[in-house]
Amino acid sequence: MKKLSLIQLKAGRKGKIVEISGGAALQHRMMGMGIYPGKEIMKYSHFGLRGPVMIKLGRSVIALGHGMAAKVILETE
Amino acid sequence: MIKKIFLLGNPNVGKSMVFSRLTGVQVISSNYPGTTVEILRGQLKVKDEVIEVVDLPGTYSLVSSSKAEEVAVSLLRESPKDETAVINIVDATNLERNLFLTLQLIEEGYSVIVCLNMCDDTAHRGISIDTKKLEEILAVPVIPTCAVTGVGIKFLIERIKEVHPGARNKLTHEERWKEIGKIIESTQQLTHRHHNFRELLEDASVRPISGLLLSVGVIYASFKIVRFLGEFMINKICDPVFFNLYQPIVMRLSQALGGDGFWHHLLIGDLINGKIDFKQSFGVLTTAPYIEFAMVLPYIVSFYFILSLLEDIGYLPRLAILLDNLLHRLGLHGFAIIPMLLGFGCNVPGILATRVLESKRERFIASTLISIGVPCVPLQAMIFGLLGKFSGWYVSGVYLVLFSLILILGVIMNRTLKGYSPEFLLEIPPYRFPPVALLAQKLYFRVKGFIIEAVPIVLAGVFVINILIYSKAFDFVTGIFAPIIKGLFGLPKEAVVALVIGFLRKDVAVGLLMPLGLTAKQLFISATLLAVSFPCIATFVILLKELGVKDLIKAMLIMITVAIVVGTILNFGIMS
Repeated sequence: MKKLSLIQLKAGRKGKIVEISGGAALQHRMMGMGIYPGKEIMKYSHFGLRGPVMIKLGRSVIALGHGMAAKVILETE
Repeated sequence: MIKKIFLLGNPNVGKSMVFSRLTGVQVISSNYPGTTVEILRGQLKVKDEVIEVVDLPGTYSLVSSSKAEEVAVSLLRESPKDETAVINIVDATNLERNLFLTLQLIEEGYSVIVCLNMCDDTAHRGISIDTKKLEEILAVPVIPTCAVTGVGIKFLIERIKEVHPGARNKLTHEERWKEIGKIIESTQQLTHRHHNFRELLEDASVRPISGLLLSVGVIYASFKIVRFLGEFMINKICDPVFFNLYQPIVMRLSQALGGDGFWHHLLIGDLINGKIDFKQSFGVLTTAPYIEFAMVLPYIVSFYFILSLLEDIGYLPRLAILLDNLLHRLGLHGFAIIPMLLGFGCNVPGILATRVLESKRERFIASTLISIGVPCVPLQAMIFGLLGKFSGWYVSGVYLVLFSLILILGVIMNRTLKGYSPEFLLEIPPYRFPPVALLAQKLYFRVKGFIIEAVPIVLAGVFVINILIYSKAFDFVTGIFAPIIKGLFGLPKEAVVALVIGFLRKDVAVGLLMPLGLTAKQLFISATLLAVSFPCIATFVILLKELGVKDLIKAMLIMITVAIVVGTILNFGIMS
């Protein structure tokens, strides 16, 4: 078990969300889209130079801004 | 007693399409989250009873995060629960995420009917949903539909009368997602399939290198096709009609009017070498229709054809990902590219679309950048028509100046304006291929909108301008501003009228420049000035509505400053 942020996770790897380390508004917004602690996601790709991170979540593909992705903390095997 | 039906659902599930099917009111729908930013109302007849139907902007939950979502949720809350039915539109290909809002609505005691949309798309994605079972578990009617083709809409209307207030215990968000997990397990089956070509393309567009290459290709091809189609229509259809069919008619009218005098001046304009010149005569019946139908309309058709295609396929959000990085430096995020692209058609829908941006600061930056740096189709078409005959550098030059302005102003506003701009969080829809009939309908809707809005203003505008010119009423204004525009921008005093008329419509303003015999450099400067200075009246009104008086004044000050600085730099900076 290793804890890291969505930025650090390698593209193509899966992880389980353990924490959204942001304010209540951000947690709420992500919650509505299904991004919440306990959820397993796959990182698709990462656009360089502080670009967005793409994740696969259930059947949807979601783009998160760099700063937002840094707040998603995951656990990997 | 149900008096109102609200259409509610996640972004990009086809609410507007269902709305069109229910009410017969034609609206724009596209394949990206946040197409609808306004509240749309229509009527539906259910067994002799007329019920109001309200289409709301998409939202993921009943707690809102953007202005558009806020509007949706507050409108629902205002309506008394016992008079309200909610048609909750759900994307069948993404049931899990959609059910969050569904459960929330039922828990809050709304009378919900679930419209399981895009049912035609589930089979080849390897999804099968047990509708009966879902209906049992949710205890509300569930109707599979495909709004694009109209399948299932009849059943949806039939069962609207069955709605009853939901009865589910209120759950915390975590509990709700757990509950959804259980529901999904018992109602949805997935079969694994191999990737098809469409999914490979979807993949390629969300990875950095392939995505970038793809976008360069798409943008280049779009630009080429818009120009090719536009020029094709002008040369093969519009010009022949005007020169071969229309010219003899107006020529006869000109002779009947005696070739001179007030009415001749008003309707036909000035004769150039004894003949009507559609580009220079400037009469209500000559230059006005020529500008709108033979110079602008062809580009309206070709631009909206390509834009509608890209919208419906679902390419635009992919462009947003690629540009997120750059737009961040301008105080915006990736999604802002969509309002900007819409602004290239007409600034008005572009500025309206900024409502999907989360903060007021972002909306101010985006609206200001659109009104300064994004030229609408009518203006662009006139720039092609006017500067196209000189070297290609002049046309590209206008774009180059405008794009540099977007970058420079964006960076400045991002550094100086208070507040911060939120991050990007956007769902990327799968590619969808719209039926041709639907695409044609959307194009027709937009072109019709242009004709209804633009043509009367242009005809009336030319009419009034001609009276003012004839009565020499402009001379006063010209006298005041002539020293400025001559000294700073190197333009003749007649160009003042054109710049003032830019406030009415940009295409008419460029039309006023045509008879002046300006040099390429002067045309280049005045075209650029028309783009960056005051917005046209329609854009002005929408800016006032969206930004409020204070921010509008701020935006206007920026525009005037930019116009003066840019005009002066271009005048003294480039050699003619």
